[in-house]
Parts: sequence; structure tokens; C-alpha cells
Amino acid sequence: MNKVFNKENGDEEHNAIQTINLSKRYGDFVAVDGINLEIKKGELFSILGPNGAGKTTTIKILSCLLLPTEGTAKIMGYDIKENPQLIKEIIDVSPQETAIAGHLNAWENLVLMGGIYGLEKKETEKRARELLDLLDLPGREKEQVRKYSGGMKRRLSIAMAMMSDPQVLFLDEPTLGLDPQARKAMWEKIEGLKGKKTIVLTTHYLEEADALADRIAILKAGKIIAIDTPDELKNNSKSMQSIAIKTKNISDDVVKGIKEMYSDVVFKANKIEIKARKLNVDKIVDYLRSNEVNIEGISMKEPSLDDVFLELTGEGGNQ
Amino acid sequence: MRFVSLASRNFKELYREPVSILLGLLMPAGLLVLFALIGKNVHLDIFTPDMLTPGVTIFSFAFLIMFSAVLLSKDRQSAFLLRLLTTPLKPVDFILAYFVPYIPFALLQILVCFAVGILLGAAYSVLNVVLSLVVILPMALVCIGIGMILGSLLSEGQISAIGSMLITAISIFGGIWMDLQMVGGIFEEISYALPFAHGVDAARNILAGTGLGNVATHLYWVYGYAVILFVLGILSFRYKTASN
Repeated sequence: MNKVFNKENGDEEHNAIQTINLSKRYGDFVAVDGINLEIKKGELFSILGPNGAGKTTTIKILSCLLLPTEGTAKIMGYDIKENPQLIKEIIDVSPQETAIAGHLNAWENLVLMGGIYGLEKKETEKRARELLDLLDLPGREKEQVRKYSGGMKRRLSIAMAMMSDPQVLFLDEPTLGLDPQARKAMWEKIEGLKGKKTIVLTTHYLEEADALADRIAILKAGKIIAIDTPDELKNNSKSMQSIAIKTKNISDDVVKGIKEMYSDVVFKANKIEIKARKLNVDKIVDYLRSNEVNIEGISMKEPSLDDVFLELTGEGGNQ
Repeated sequence: MRFVSLASRNFKELYREPVSILLGLLMPAGLLVLFALIGKNVHLDIFTPDMLTPGVTIFSFAFLIMFSAVLLSKDRQSAFLLRLLTTPLKPVDFILAYFVPYIPFALLQILVCFAVGILLGAAYSVLNVVLSLVVILPMALVCIGIGMILGSLLSEGQISAIGSMLITAISIFGGIWMDLQMVGGIFEEISYALPFAHGVDAARNILAGTGLGNVATHLYWVYGYAVILFVLGILSFRYKTASN
């Protein structure tokens, strides 16, 4: 599971981002501690971690806002120390906080970003029109955006990051503070970009990373402690699978037989609950049926990304 | 020329805030009328429209400090500036974009104050009005520079508190409503260690027809402060953005 790339010269042809022993220190405090990773072109890569794990510092270094203390990173082959200006032409960032110009309307905010990236007027207006259609702002395009709802501001903030049609897009907590409907709508929009752009997503919502990310890196105290696909992270987790079987006529002898198979078994109110790292459901059901137990219902729970996260970072995270 | 897009945004942020327009234009004009009316009754030289107009014009630039500081501070605190720092904009683009939009506003303030002053009876030659810009415009630069320093280093709330103190200080130490030589002592020394009294004196003398040669010392003070504050404004901005 802890498959961390550690090559000096990564596969530049296929990599959008490569970090080489990337570190950032503030005095004695180590914010980012020798991170080595490779993110492929078109990949949606999520960085998870408790508060203070180094997520935002990593994003700030990759988006050329901060210089690393040690090591370096390459974005589309350009070194962040040597070519920050070239990198800034091909990346865009949607910051954690909504970053919009309040006295401008949505159209003007989008056109502003086009101008800053040096787009031709015609191209700017074409992209602004396309993004405005996606924004879903019925009848409010010409209103100053400071009057928008939180969800509308957030959508606009992300759309502004897409005006330059960046090769690499950094989304820092894109759905923070959104209601469930708005969050789901945002997921759909991000999902629509998958494969077309390299996206680095940081989020506190683990189900968001689970639903969207091709791969996930989990950071703790500035270090990558796990990196893999969401499914592999869960499969390799030490967290337990659990099964709850509702029965009518289970005897003490049958329960004793199950306890011989698995150590973590609870029998209460005609319901038997079994937990184990790997459960053989067929074997359990066959055993119950062979003992003429009448099964009324079965529910099973796989380890979630939350379980994996807590297992790796500890209940208290970095705090 | 990418700074033009951001400068245009900053221009809109300023002009779409009606309070800015009211404070920056109407309040100085109102004060000019008020003190000119007082002057009619008390017959003090300092309260004549000729003397008041350049003083109030320079006093009106105190609002430029507030506007430039608040916008920069807001952008810093709202992550808008953070977003901009990840774009291809260069440091010089930021400086120009947070400086240029206030120049038309300063010109508008000059226009309004002089129009009101002339309506109240100030008599200046066109040449002297044009010449006075040699000192009045750098005073605008002084104020925008102070605004950039405050906006880079302070929060919006802190700026509100310090900005009010600055407006009062400019009003007092600029010698706008009083003859500083009559007050004398440490008060006069402080006033002439700052650029505002030099700016006001130079503008008054130029408008009175003394020519530029006679106000050279005042001009050195104003230009020196303009350069120092503008450079400090740039350095504060760069320091704060580098430590983000």
C-alpha cells in the first residue's frame, strides 16, 4: 500500500507532476517532509490528511506560491524553482476560500481571468460564455457576485480557475461549506473534467475523494503514509469487514460453531454480528443453512475510506 | 499589458462603491464650502478660497489612503490575491494594477475641489493651476504609497482605525485649517518633518504665482517622500505576498 515513487527522473512523458524529495520547513517545524510522488497526465489525484498534515503547503509549493526548503517538483516537465513563470501559464488554482471579485458580475469575473492569462478577446468571451452556461445562474449573470449565495460563489470561483483552460488544475477543498445538493452538482462538474485535465484535489470529505479520485495520497505530519487507488486502499486496510445476520431459530451450539470460525462474534436479539478482516460470507451462510437456521436478512459493511483514514492517521489526526 | 485586466477590475471595485465616491469627492467639497463661509465671517487669510482650495485638495487624497489600503487588504484576506499570485502576473503588474486606478480618481478630486474653490471666489491663472499639479499629483502618490503599505500589512479592521487617525493627522499637520508658523514649536517641527505641509505650502505658493523656483525645498520633501513611500509600498506588498 505504501507505494511511494522515489525516482530522480520520473516518466516525464506521462507525468503531469513529479515531486522529488519535496520538503518545507519553518524553523524547527517540518510542514512537508521529503515527499516523492508522480501524478499522471489526466489523472484526478486527491491529497487527504488531517489538519496540519501539509496538504495546503504542498499545493502552495506546486502552484509556485512557496519555494521548497529542499527537493523540487516538476509540473509538465518544468521545474518549480527554475521556471515558475512558465508553470503559472499552464496551471490554475481554485483556493480553499472563495476567491472572486465581489463588485464585478459573473461575466466580468470570468473575463478578468481571461485577460490575466493573456487570452485574445474573442477566445476570452467564447470561454466565458461556455463556463457561464455551466454555472447555472438563472437570470443573475449581470448581478454583482457579492450578492450571490455561497454555492453560486463557489461555482464561480472554480469556473474562474477553468478560464485559462489549464493543463493542471488545483482544487483546494472545492465543496467546503456547500449543501449536499450543491456538493453533488459540483462532483458532477469535476467528474466531467476527468481525463481531460490533470486535477489535484484536496478535501476533508473522504467520500468526495472516494467518488472522484483515481488515486489518493494520505499525508500525515508532512509525509505520505499511503498512496493508492481508493479501492486498493480499502482492500489493503486492516479495518474489519462486518456482517449482521438476522435469524429466527439459531441455537447456542450454532453460535458456538461460528465463534470457532471467527473471534469477534456477538449474538443478541436473534441477530448475529461477525467482524473480521476477511469474511467468507458463503462459508457462514452455508454453515447456518446446514444447521437449518432460518435466515431473515443479511447486511454487510465493507471498510470505508473513513476507516482507512482513521486507521492510518489515528483518531486524533495531527492535532 | 496583463495588468490592465486587474487594474480595470480594481477601478470597477472602487467606482462601484458609492460610499467611496461620496467620501472622496463630496466631503472635501463640503469642507471647502464650510470653511470658506467661516472665512467670510472671521476674515482669516487661511480661510480664503485661494488658500483653502489647494489644502483641501491635498486633504482629499487622505481618502485615497483608505481606498487603496482597504481594497488591497480585502483581496489579501479573501484569498483573491492568493489566486492572482498563482497566475502569470508579474510583480510589476500587481504594483501597476493597485496603483493606476487611483490616478483618475485623484484627478477627479482635483477637478471637483478646484471647481468648487473657483466658484467660491478663488482666482488662479490657468498656468499656475497646471504648474500646481507638479506638487499636487506627487502628493496623491504619497497617499497611494501609504495605502499600499497599510493594505499589505494590516487587516481591514485595523485600517479603519489607523486610517481615521491618519485622516485627522493629515488635516492637522498639513496646515490646511491653521497657520503652522503661528502655532510654532514642536507642532510646526513635526508638521514640516512630514510631506503634507510642504505639499500644501508649495501648492499655495505656486497658485499665488511665486513660480517653481521658490518652492524647490518643499518639492524636494514631497518628491523624496513620494519615492520613499512608493518604494516602501512595493516592498511591503512583496514582503507580505512572499510570506503567504
